[in-house]
Amino acid sequence: MTNSFAEFTDARLIVVIGSNMTHAHPVAATFVKNAVQKGASLVVIDPRKHELVDFAKMHLQLNVGSDIALLNGIMHVLIKENLYDKEFVENKCTGFEALEKVVAQYPPQEAARISGVSEKMIIETARFLSSIKPAMVCYTLGITEHTCGKNNVMSVANLQMLLGNLGMKYGGVNPLRGQNNVQGACDMGALPNVFPGYQKVDDPNARKKFETAWQVENLPDKPGLMIPEMMHGLTDGKVRGFYIFGENLANTEPDMNKVAKELASAEFIVCQDLFLTETTHFAHVVLPAAAWSENDGTFTSSERRVSRVRTASQPPGQARPNWWIFKEIARRFGQEWTSSSAKDIWDNEFSVLAPAFGGIKYDRIENDGLQWPCPTLDHAGTPFLHRDGNFTHGKGIFMPAIWTPPAEVPDASYPYVLSTGRRLYHYHTRTQTGRCEGLNDLLGEETADISIEDATVLGIEQGEKIRVKSRRGEVCVTAKITPQVPKGMVWMAFHFTEGNSNWLTNSALDPFTMTAEYKACAVAVEKI
Amino acid sequence: MNTNTLVLNNIEYIFEDGQTILDVARQNRVQIPTLCYLDGVEATGGCNICVVELKGEKDLVRACCTKAENGMNVLTQSPVVVDARKKQLKALLESGNHNCSIGSSQGDSWTAFQMDSIRTEQTDALCPRWGDCELQNLAYEYQVQWNRDNLPETKFPKETVNPLIIRDFSRCIMCGRCVAACNDIQVNRAIRMPEPSDSQHVIAGKKDVALKDSDCVFCGECVQACPVGALLEKKSQYVCRPWEVEKIRTTCPYCGVGCQQQLHVKDGKILKVTGVEEGSPNKGRLCVKGRFGFDFIYSQERLTTPLIKENGVFREASWDEALDLVADKFKTIIAESGPDALAGVSCARSINEDSYQMQKLFRAVFKTNNIDHCART
Ligand code: SF4
Ligand code: SF4
Repeated sequence: MTNSFAEFTDARLIVVIGSNMTHAHPVAATFVKNAVQKGASLVVIDPRKHELVDFAKMHLQLNVGSDIALLNGIMHVLIKENLYDKEFVENKCTGFEALEKVVAQYPPQEAARISGVSEKMIIETARFLSSIKPAMVCYTLGITEHTCGKNNVMSVANLQMLLGNLGMKYGGVNPLRGQNNVQGACDMGALPNVFPGYQKVDDPNARKKFETAWQVENLPDKPGLMIPEMMHGLTDGKVRGFYIFGENLANTEPDMNKVAKELASAEFIVCQDLFLTETTHFAHVVLPAAAWSENDGTFTSSERRVSRVRTASQPPGQARPNWWIFKEIARRFGQEWTSSSAKDIWDNEFSVLAPAFGGIKYDRIENDGLQWPCPTLDHAGTPFLHRDGNFTHGKGIFMPAIWTPPAEVPDASYPYVLSTGRRLYHYHTRTQTGRCEGLNDLLGEETADISIEDATVLGIEQGEKIRVKSRRGEVCVTAKITPQVPKGMVWMAFHFTEGNSNWLTNSALDPFTMTAEYKACAVAVEKI
Repeated sequence: MNTNTLVLNNIEYIFEDGQTILDVARQNRVQIPTLCYLDGVEATGGCNICVVELKGEKDLVRACCTKAENGMNVLTQSPVVVDARKKQLKALLESGNHNCSIGSSQGDSWTAFQMDSIRTEQTDALCPRWGDCELQNLAYEYQVQWNRDNLPETKFPKETVNPLIIRDFSRCIMCGRCVAACNDIQVNRAIRMPEPSDSQHVIAGKKDVALKDSDCVFCGECVQACPVGALLEKKSQYVCRPWEVEKIRTTCPYCGVGCQQQLHVKDGKILKVTGVEEGSPNKGRLCVKGRFGFDFIYSQERLTTPLIKENGVFREASWDEALDLVADKFKTIIAESGPDALAGVSCARSINEDSYQMQKLFRAVFKTNNIDHCART
């Protein structure tokens, strides 16, 4: 997030696109609702009529995967009617001409044709967005989990630059991170192309720096594989040893039948986890790890805030902290790492090596955490980025995008679009929430959410078991008929193995981010 | 700019336009008790405990909903104030099932009552909030005497039909905090104060239904706000008293909001979770997962020892054996196929330091950049 949760309550205009916040980020949603109660306007852009829509001034119920066309249409109107922030665009941005050229192809009529949002609504939205300043845009995986995910993100950024809503309080582009520490895992360099603190592995200076710090030679200079490439590598033997830490890939990756084949073909899998999972089933060695409350450490939230995690209980049996396990393996390769606690690792290694984090030390985050960038010990942290439109790399660059449809769209044999996501009472594959008293009682099974119209046509009753199938698999699942879902859509989650949406999802990827298109594939629905 | 000042207990304080007497007092650490006021929410003035005296005025006023005025002279602990609070506390205590052996002693009945309470602690006889109740604390502080012998009949049955929250109407003082928490803080709009035509207790849903049949999403904000024993967490009732627990601040392990939690720990076991009231970003709020999703760590299914697969089944192994096997196998693969034949996926739920170590293992030890996590999901 460029900005902070604390700003939500006092924001004047909030646009929520591709984010079902009341379920996926419930406490963040409470601040959005507080803002509305205090008079702010909320615009929701989402195929579903989810709970936040009750608070919205406008709901743009777009077709799944049409975000770029819709956003381009809105920008088309902003430019045509001279409603954009010329001063910001001229002084703080580059590439406006390119943007102008692309969005020229999306007059409201065209944008309406693709997105299903009426011309009138597109024009009204553009006018409304330009009438209140600043505005915050929040998004989640409804933007990124598409084959055009990167372009979706760019389009959101284009809109905010065009409106001059970056670099200030109550503005910004705000992706809410799905998992508690995705931000942190990125910051730490658990990515194939960067060292900790986003220092590139193909930069010789960065390599030199880490070689010195880690007292090693010849750090690899070629960016590594991303998860889908790793999985593929298992099948052709390019990847022979696979180390899976804490992820339940068997149930979270798209197209579970394909994933099972890939994992089954692996030569050697090590899993490090709290429980046996659908993934450890494929492992050759399983290492028992300490859980969240069983070690000291830090998490970094969506708003770049580094907060403390503390030990409250002891791990069971011989389970050990993850950092200890990695250190023990390094030792077996002849490397003696000196850090012997999470605090050592942060204070003496990471924060020393990553300049944007240099000012964050454990003794400074005893209470509230600090938001990076925080380069020095006297720096108070950064609640919002790009102050006054001064971007990290000079000017903000418009990156116009052409709309592309999802990789798989409905047709005669698979006439519905399946979109997926998370529900409030469980987290991912339930390895944790499924073992908490009470939560299974609140949500005990997967459902396929369908519209009232489609249920009527298909003769499906509330709670009836139905079959949902795609080209990749099929599930038998309880039907939930709800006004939240529009006609033509099936909506499912991935919390339970049985009825898991990932039996059906498409593994087609965004070519840049390699994120799979969880949000759109074609399915058929049948009565059983 | 003119400065506004008022006097609280003979000391002058500056205040800003729009502040209430309670705001000014809190800002300056002058105690004014209240049972209904909730930070960040418009005051309802329902409990009548925050009354204060304005010098020269006959009637007491409620500090939570009286705006501070220039030159005001406020007494927060004068005899009339104390007397009024005592009366109001007595009325509240007598209005419900507040059988908590606290307050000034009343001869024989006190001992009998206390003995009875100790004997029956594991039952409903003694309120589960005993020791952690704001009404009880005030009753003690103000040494309120009240008639414990004739506890009123319980008009509305306890609601226990959902898995997480107990509603015990017999102890509700109708302060309205839960309603404010639900409507103005979390904005779930599941519960409300009764209309004259309703039965006179806090109502869930439009038609007075059980929580589970209302719009309740079990965030538990109402439980955290309840000053008495009327709203309770099923998981933690009777398992601990406040003086037995250590409070440990930590960060929620679920979504990317990063809510700050207070773990209530007794003998190394987490029994309850609440939001850190002043903590950023959540300011005391939690959702159902953050508040009730902690007990998986005590599951009997936790892995407790390394496992090695042999002939298709796992057998237990020591750390040395398992780690030696992993290291040997990885060494062989590197020797035969090069470091890029190894790949690793880190965990986006675990602490930063774990991810740091894992990428360091892959880069500095194995010499490959094949390290990723589900960064984009
Ligand atoms: S648990 Fe949350 S949603 Fe339910 S009544 Fe209490 S505050 Fe409202
Ligand atoms: S309490 Fe809920 S909203 Fe807050 S971090 Fe945890 S899961 Fe997210």
